Amino acid sequence: MQQEPTRRQRWERRQRRRSIAVAALSSTTALVAVVLAVPRLPGYRKVRAAFFDGEIFVDTFGPLARAFLYDLQIFAWCAPAILMSGMAIALARTARSPALFPLRVAATVYTDGVRGVPVVLWIYLIGFGVPGLLQSRTWSNPVLWGSTALIVAYSAYVAEVFRAGIESVHESQRAAARSLGLSNTQTLRHVVLPQAVRRVIPPLMNDLVSLQKDVALVSFLGPVEALRRAQSFKSSLANFTPYVGAALLFLCVSVPLTRLTDHLLQRERRRMSATAIR
Amino acid sequence: MKLRLRGVRKSFGSKVVLDGIDLDVGEGAVVCLIGSSGSGKSTLLRCINLLEPLDDGVIELDGLDIAEPGLPPDPIRRRIGMVFQSFNLFPHLSVLDNVALAPRKVLGVPTAVARVEALELLARFGLADKAGDFPDRCSGGQQQRVAIARALAMQPELLLLDEITSALDPELVGEVLDVVRDLRQSGMTMILATHEMAFAREISDRVCFLDAGRILESGPPQQLFGAPQHDRTKAFLLRVIDAGRLER
Repeated sequence: MQQEPTRRQRWERRQRRRSIAVAALSSTTALVAVVLAVPRLPGYRKVRAAFFDGEIFVDTFGPLARAFLYDLQIFAWCAPAILMSGMAIALARTARSPALFPLRVAATVYTDGVRGVPVVLWIYLIGFGVPGLLQSRTWSNPVLWGSTALIVAYSAYVAEVFRAGIESVHESQRAAARSLGLSNTQTLRHVVLPQAVRRVIPPLMNDLVSLQKDVALVSFLGPVEALRRAQSFKSSLANFTPYVGAALLFLCVSVPLTRLTDHLLQRERRRMSATAIR
Repeated sequence: MKLRLRGVRKSFGSKVVLDGIDLDVGEGAVVCLIGSSGSGKSTLLRCINLLEPLDDGVIELDGLDIAEPGLPPDPIRRRIGMVFQSFNLFPHLSVLDNVALAPRKVLGVPTAVARVEALELLARFGLADKAGDFPDRCSGGQQQRVAIARALAMQPELLLLDEITSALDPELVGEVLDVVRDLRQSGMTMILATHEMAFAREISDRVCFLDAGRILESGPPQQLFGAPQHDRTKAFLLRVIDAGRLER
């Protein structure tokens, strides 16, 4: 039997219809405004020709995409290495045992020092400095040292994110775990870290999205990845469209990555807590 | 199991919280600590579980001085269970895993066995249908019963209960106190810090009135509630009666 909708349900349905209408209207207005206004700007034609040349876009996109695979590869091995070393540094910073005091100091100096220097300088310092010191052909691969530089720099940022997560877990959780006889390490492993890591996933993703873009900095050392490929196209074609193509490629990875994280977090939150406040 | 405290002292900075506590708790005894907030009840329980280091004094568990500085605390904590005012369940683990975690990790019980035993404990307290839920989905009373089950899963010789009903809605207090009655029946040795005076009178073998970090007066509940000797005890009980927490 069909049930008569309640007063509340009727009201909610009306509200829903209204909000959809309002959203549609405002989106259309904004879109129309952009479509109509931007072409009227004085430099529109020049800019469109320089940045959005369809022919050049189609011609260069394939090689750019192949070069972008290089970025993805560098990202693929840097990200796990950064997460692991970042966690190790965070654990060293939050260690409470007096025997680990030197480690705690070293980790603090590391995070403070590394974060104070721009990433691109680390790329130059490590990418040119270390092979220069070693003077060995087998160990002069720029991708190796470029990746190392990224790992060195990003570990410090990620370590601080993990540390914030670890310190956000309330002391009473440690007390409960220790009162059950869990050791300090077991408490960290089974009680503190699982909660800490969940809490810092959004800022962590933020850092990973940054990393995904900063991978292009490795090109300063020579490897031809998407950004450098776009640069060489720009020089030979005297047009900026390849940069737009490269930007699209980077967006293709970072946007789904962010959406996926949001989705996972929301599912987790729904699973663990009773009701969401609307 | 025999617990013996002598001259237990503890300060936080310049504030003296425990000022020479002597206490004996025998096998199967139920001892209630009463007194106003800040009188040292919680700190005393935390000291017994070595969550707070003592400044001075002796805590003997079966003749072993567990307050000896430098003694590894984990094997001792295994023998002493603790339940907290704010439950302190692990929010990232299901109810079942909250109970099974310590047996698995500390005692090395295989996961399957630990889960079966945890489920039996939960069933004993009427929580079997909650086993798969996360703590956030449980009411306060259910959470506190899970916390008691979690402490019992380690089969402690002594259970410390730190104002376990203070964070609960009045209608949920009963279900938690029923669990404590059940434990008393089964012969569990317990020390409770509590503001539930009627319950303290009903359940304890001995009641200790703490005031400014000392046990000012202690005795069987009939004596302490019926004929308090000390003026401060009388004043405290009168305040409690005025607040409607104890019948005359």
